[in-house]
Amino acid sequence: MTTTAQAPSRVDAPPVLEVRDLSVTFQTETGSVSAVDHVNLSLAPGEIVGIVGESGCGKSVTSMSLAGLLPRSARIDGSVRLQGQELVGAKPSALRAARGRDIAYIFQEPMSSLNPVLTVGRQVAEVLQVHERLSRKEVQERTVELLELVGIPSPRERVKHYPHQLSGGMRQRVMIAMAVACSPKVLVADEPTTALDVTVQAGILDVLRGLRDRFGTSILIITHDLGVIADIADRVVVMYAGRVVEQAGLHELFERPQHHYTAGLLSASPTPGRHAGTHRLQEIPGLVPVLSRQPDACTFAERCPAASERCSSKAPPLEPIGVGSGPLQAHEHLTACWHPRGDQPPQSPEAGR
Amino acid sequence: MSVFKRRAAQDDRPTAGHVPPAVPAAHGNEVVLELQDLVMHFGAVRAVDGVSLQIRRGKVTALVGESGSGKSTVGRCIVRLVEPTGGQVLLNGADVTHLSRAQMREHRRDVSIVFQDPAGSLDPRMLVGDVVAEPLQLQGGRRSRQERAERVTEGLQRVGLRPEVARRYPHELSGGQRQRVSIARALMSEPKILVADEPTSALDVSVQASVLNLLADLQRDIGFACLFITHDLSAVEYLADDIAVMYLGQLVEQGTREEIFARPRHPYTQALLAAAPVADPARQRERRPVLLGDDLPSAMDPPSGCRFHTRCPLAVAQCVEEVPALRKSGGAVAACHFVHEDGSAPDIRAGHATSAVTPAATTGSPA
Amino acid sequence: MSVDTALTQPAVTRAPAEASQRSRVLRRLRRNPLAVASFTVLAVAVVVALLAPWLAPYAPEQTDFSNTLAPPGTPGHLLGTDDLGRDVLSRIILGVRASLQVAVLAVATALAIGVPLGLVAGYFRAADSVISRLTDLMLAFPFLILAVGFAAIRGASLGNAAVAIGIAQIPGVIRVVRSDALRLKSLDFVAAAVVDGASDLWVLRKHILPNATSVVLVQATVAIPAAILGEAVLSFLGLGIQPPAPSLGTMLSTAQQFATRAPWAAVLPGLAIMVLALSFNVFGDSLRDALDPKASRR
Repeated sequence: MTTTAQAPSRVDAPPVLEVRDLSVTFQTETGSVSAVDHVNLSLAPGEIVGIVGESGCGKSVTSMSLAGLLPRSARIDGSVRLQGQELVGAKPSALRAARGRDIAYIFQEPMSSLNPVLTVGRQVAEVLQVHERLSRKEVQERTVELLELVGIPSPRERVKHYPHQLSGGMRQRVMIAMAVACSPKVLVADEPTTALDVTVQAGILDVLRGLRDRFGTSILIITHDLGVIADIADRVVVMYAGRVVEQAGLHELFERPQHHYTAGLLSASPTPGRHAGTHRLQEIPGLVPVLSRQPDACTFAERCPAASERCSSKAPPLEPIGVGSGPLQAHEHLTACWHPRGDQPPQSPEAGR
Repeated sequence: MSVFKRRAAQDDRPTAGHVPPAVPAAHGNEVVLELQDLVMHFGAVRAVDGVSLQIRRGKVTALVGESGSGKSTVGRCIVRLVEPTGGQVLLNGADVTHLSRAQMREHRRDVSIVFQDPAGSLDPRMLVGDVVAEPLQLQGGRRSRQERAERVTEGLQRVGLRPEVARRYPHELSGGQRQRVSIARALMSEPKILVADEPTSALDVSVQASVLNLLADLQRDIGFACLFITHDLSAVEYLADDIAVMYLGQLVEQGTREEIFARPRHPYTQALLAAAPVADPARQRERRPVLLGDDLPSAMDPPSGCRFHTRCPLAVAQCVEEVPALRKSGGAVAACHFVHEDGSAPDIRAGHATSAVTPAATTGSPA
Repeated sequence: MSVDTALTQPAVTRAPAEASQRSRVLRRLRRNPLAVASFTVLAVAVVVALLAPWLAPYAPEQTDFSNTLAPPGTPGHLLGTDDLGRDVLSRIILGVRASLQVAVLAVATALAIGVPLGLVAGYFRAADSVISRLTDLMLAFPFLILAVGFAAIRGASLGNAAVAIGIAQIPGVIRVVRSDALRLKSLDFVAAAVVDGASDLWVLRKHILPNATSVVLVQATVAIPAAILGEAVLSFLGLGIQPPAPSLGTMLSTAQQFATRAPWAAVLPGLAIMVLALSFNVFGDSLRDALDPKASRR
């Protein structure tokens, strides 16, 4: 499924998904919660963008809000344009038409996303039947084609299997097949590999990459796993407490993280060659805040080693840093920080205990 | 009945460091726990099928495997949550395999366990202080309430929590804080061996870092043996001294951390290492993942011969017919027909043409 | 998710911390109009029941042959009288008291026997096979036949009615408690206690039982209206409270004869039964919703 020559993402072409000033607030029984605050995001055709952050950062809420998948207690402000069509505030029928046809999702738990009493083939066929006018035979053929596309061996037999007869990795592949059945331009994958074994994970990421290579599908992948990001993303968006704190091309982010939270995440992840005897994983003190209202301040300041007065009195805007030279600058590097890290090395070495 | 009165929520920011011991721990590496041919069948499910392992004082042994490997079951056998179907569990030399609940009581203080899910591992109806104090109450109540409270405070501080946390309920704490409470509780009885069953898998990255650091610190200071059960290879590389890899109920490879990461011999270990995502794009992209195929065999009807043969790119007829014994291979121990005694073995990650590889002679000396 | 309350940045407004279960449940109940309404009715009923002997304007057995079948509104008789001139209001007040007495007694019996059995069945697999089969047997047994048998052997009375109803409710309690015990048994904190040397009794007493109280509470709020109706049925059939003691059920049964001439004598006790049962049911539903751990959505 892996092609050696990767179809380049056409960054100069108009974005297939454009999110502007997206804000989501929830009314809970204990008060309001600001889950997403003025998030800007764009996805070029054939691009894979990874949204990374820890629990409570708002990444899943952001992804669900795109196609109107949030409960009614959520208030969504801002704009989400999918190929020019505005989705925020769109009529339910318009959203339903867009889902599956233009934007599709795969989630973390394939077992609960698949109907246990229907065969796999039937479920894939259902997606086709909702959005396209095909004869029964055409639907059957396309179903087998799709299962093959996602790398399921012996697809003709598998079509008749029920979800419980498939392993976790297989089920996730079926989910992907259902998601891409109608060739959507955007595929949103929310923690697609988190519930899977590591040896199976690679295969799934491969399938996703293959979709982009063959069909130019843009993929928005949401995860907390930096390794998954390192594997598949072209561009990375880092979120914290509902805001985007950094955005950059993959290599640029890992080599020159500007925001202290990003640097903290990178230093907290164990990497090869560092053992407890000689190194210490960097911890970020404190907890991710749950905010009822987004303040005019940097919400990471209280946990940040470089915080100053300015940080708690004014919210830093998401701005491009001085662009460096070299092939790594294919994408703009943006960060929301009053004191970006500049050229400091990504991990402060804490060797020699 | 509670030792701790309920008070309003107060500051519980983790203290900067832990409490170091007065005397640096000096310990030899005696075997604290030994598993001999451990077998655990749940009816038709052969969860563990002949695992032998030694866990030494002062060392962290990682038990690595994916779902269905049986690693959690091994942990549960060690703490005697279940009674093994076969084989032996030797705790400090004593055979505890088939002891009754009553007979196990005197051994209970030597083993403790920390679980994966911070949400389910603390009784939601109990104050944190009572949760941590429970082992003290269970193991002989000769202490007064005051003494217990003091021990609890000490225990909480040792894991980086303020004493006020004792007066809170678990749901008021974050996931990372709850894991620290679990660890504090587990260490209350001063166990010789701590079994940590996926202790960081349900935590965020930055929180994982603090818990891993904590485990490393505590283990170094107190010197207990630790069995670290996980599927997360990067955490293993950080924390473990020795590694044992399991697949479908059996051990496939064992060795020191250095050996296993530098020179994995068993194809499954190699596949695991190749697949585990690394937070470094340069390294991640240059790896060629070994795509093993998603069809996991069932523990109820494991494949014949080498259980890995259905997914192994090297498999030949011998692998289907003959079970490979766990045998010495250089500085490690592996169960694979292709592994030679001198430590050489094919590396499926480099994409060796399998025809160039021949199995080692089957008459190898068992480990 | 918990909030680090130590950090006091004035610019940041933090969402309120997650409350304890009790305050969350209370808050949800307070906000639910149905819960508030039904609770009010129940509170009134309980107060009436407790103060009945002093609230009732007349003694319930006091007859007044000059004033039989008086309609509601007759001076001195707010709700009228029955065929023997007894004040309907007084009889209803005392009937409510009797109904609640039977209900509480019945449910207490059911819980006292059912909860331990349910815990044991959920926790000990060996005991489960025995207890579950017994439960199935009891469920298959028709309640009325049990009650008739009881009355035949031990005589009909308030106490015996309560016991008969209680016995009939035991299987329901066992089922509910058993399934909660099964769920709790598999949680990690139970395993942690076992690893630390806890005996089965310790686990049941300290971990399983306290966590099962919410299901027991809900079951009780469901069992009480059933018991109220049960008492009405038994007394109606003459197997429960015996006349002349007031009971909503006996009032209904005697009112049959003159239902056309004095409908209030039948309708009013019937209404009382209905209001009691409905309020308990509605409150029980609201309580179950409030106890549901999933956050509410407005």
